[in-house]
Amino acid sequence: MSDPLVRIRGLRKSFGATRVLDGIDLDIARGEAVVVIGPSGSGKTTLLRCINVLETYDDGSIQVDGVEVGYAGPPGPRRRPRSESDLARIRADIGMVFQLFNLFPHLTALENVMLGLVKVRGLPNAEAKARAEHWLERVGLSEKLRSLPGQLSGGQQQRVGIARAVAMEPKVLLLDEITSALDPELVGEVLATVRQLASDGMTMVVVTHEMTFARDVGSRVVFMDAARVVADGTPQDVLVDPRHERLRAFLARIEMKRP
Amino acid sequence: MEYHLNFNFVWKYADKLWWGLALSIQLAFVAILIGCVIGLALALAHSGGNRWTRGAVATYVEFIRNVPLLLLIYLVFYGIPSAGGFAYDATFSFVVTLSLYSGAYLVEVFRAGLDAVPKGVIDAGKAIGLTPWQRFVHVRLPIMLRVVLPSLSNAFISLFKDTSLASVIAVPELTYGANWIKTNTFRHIEVWLVVWPIYLAAGWAILAALRQLERRFRLGGDR
Amino acid sequence: MIEFALRTLPFLWDGFLVTLHVSALVVVVSLVAGVAIGIGFAYGPLWLRFPLRVYSDVLRGTPLLVLIFSVYYLLPMMGLNLQPFPAAVIALSAFKAAHVGEIARGAIGSIARGQTDAGKAIGLTFAQRLAWVILPQAVRRFLPPWVNSVTDTVKGSALVSLVGIVDLMLAAQQVIGRTYEPLPVYVLAAFMYFAINYALSVASRRLEARFAYIRE
Ligand SMILES: Nc1ncnc2c1ncn2[C@@H]1O[C@H](COP(=O)(O)OP(=O)(O)OP(=O)(O)O)[C@@H](O)[C@H]1O
Ligand SMILES: [Mg+2]
Repeated sequence: MSDPLVRIRGLRKSFGATRVLDGIDLDIARGEAVVVIGPSGSGKTTLLRCINVLETYDDGSIQVDGVEVGYAGPPGPRRRPRSESDLARIRADIGMVFQLFNLFPHLTALENVMLGLVKVRGLPNAEAKARAEHWLERVGLSEKLRSLPGQLSGGQQQRVGIARAVAMEPKVLLLDEITSALDPELVGEVLATVRQLASDGMTMVVVTHEMTFARDVGSRVVFMDAARVVADGTPQDVLVDPRHERLRAFLARIEMKRP
Repeated sequence: MEYHLNFNFVWKYADKLWWGLALSIQLAFVAILIGCVIGLALALAHSGGNRWTRGAVATYVEFIRNVPLLLLIYLVFYGIPSAGGFAYDATFSFVVTLSLYSGAYLVEVFRAGLDAVPKGVIDAGKAIGLTPWQRFVHVRLPIMLRVVLPSLSNAFISLFKDTSLASVIAVPELTYGANWIKTNTFRHIEVWLVVWPIYLAAGWAILAALRQLERRFRLGGDR
Repeated sequence: MIEFALRTLPFLWDGFLVTLHVSALVVVVSLVAGVAIGIGFAYGPLWLRFPLRVYSDVLRGTPLLVLIFSVYYLLPMMGLNLQPFPAAVIALSAFKAAHVGEIARGAIGSIARGQTDAGKAIGLTFAQRLAWVILPQAVRRFLPPWVNSVTDTVKGSALVSLVGIVDLMLAAQQVIGRTYEPLPVYVLAAFMYFAINYALSVASRRLEARFAYIRE
């Protein structure tokens, strides 16, 4: 097997006295869609934010395509946090879609997608516009190019968020409960978009509470609990024949919430 | 004693009122422009600075906000030159005063505006790889400006009204024009009956125009 | 500098007291009138709300200086021959009442409709609902902007010097007329204004702490 695209070893992170990630090991191969599940507060969001260095990590290592994302210099206690310009370059290759969309409220859908293409990728305006239009069309929003986020429904906003992230052609895409702020009838349109991306071979890490979705897109499912990875395997292993006690309890709770 | 209102003077001295009004608006405009530069710079210095810069900004803001504008006008026009052994133009001195005054108010406005930019949106800027400077120019600043626009409109109207105080150091704005006509015609009552509505109408017209502008730049609904 | 301050302070002191006097009068009158206006805005019928709206918008749209001069010259025409002091206090109070009215309107408007309904449901009259349900809750929203407006009143009171009332501002001018040392006198006067407003802000923090028990 070739080197993993994302390689996480012994990752630790605390907020003050609370340990939020306590020795995470995780490999993600190219083209793989890894689904992360787990109870609230188990550290899923923090894990994604560390991969994109929206949070710094205290200990351990995260490499994306062979590059340590959070620190420069040789590994060990003397490594130093990366400069802002390093971080900007590294983050440009890691896409992220947020639970609350976080669209730029002053920019139209088209401009939201174009901003990174022009300012970060340095594309000429016309080319950036063409690429942004292409991606907005792929997520089904060619009618809404000139709408401001405030004029879009939640599902539409989230699809702009996805287009904004994928248009940068990231090496890996991080999705954090991207449907949990949506009304139930809008969830489907967003998940369909993600399914499409997964079948196109986009490498992604998906945090979700949608178990059917996890089963469908996940080539692998990771269960986190209390700051650790507790189970890691195929959807069949993790979701259908759970061996772990806490995992079984978690799945039972989720099942019960279903109508 | 029966008093007969006589408004003839208005036509005779209409240009005094007209140019006075024009100067009032210009004074307010220059003051808010310079005030915005001061306010934004100090708001950033305050948010990024150490204890000393924060203390200095707070001292400036607190001093200006707790002292009458009239006193500041005298202080800058008479007080400072008398100690420095120089003199300057009344209009210039008033612009300096009103700018410092509006700057102190706008620091607070811009600080609140910067705080109102959602953290998640800045994270989104990071996530697509914008540098700190790019995040400031393309994300924080434009959002913040849209957030504070209504406050800036109100500040501008407020400054427009404050320009009437420039009359005390003989800056030829609208109130000074009114006083001038008054002393030359002795038509005390009529002058104020004319000037008062001019201030009102001008203020409302400006405000209506600014609200129109705000509508164009309003950030979308559910936020 | 200190010696200079000691020499001029007695002259400024009388003016300082006049400033306090004018400010206190205006604060009290405008508080009573303003709260009444706010209640009128919130609950009054249209024939009352409309003139209140005109009053509020006209007064708030007028420069205070223009208002003081206008009242000073217009009232005599209407048969009221007033001394500068009452004329200035009336002008300032009318001006501040409009502002306080808007603050009160906002504070009352912030109280949920359900509170009125709950008051009705237990059989309280309008006056009882106001006194025991609405106003006690509105106070918390009212206080911070009102304290700001009190500070504005103290600063605005400096304009009475322009109709010849010897307040702190005019006293400072008079001292300068004798000593020809504008800068130190102005700075001293500025600190005296600052002292009043600083004391106000300390007092207001105590006051707000007292009303902090009302949760939103
Ligand atoms: N900025 C922060 N400061 C302090 N504590 C934080 C911060 N962010 C997260 N935490 C804490 O870290 C723990 C893990 O949070 P995290 O958001 O990663 O959980 P999660 O698995 O994503 O939960 P959820 O399913 O509710 O989104 C929680 O206990 C949370 O309170
Ligand atoms: Mg989370």
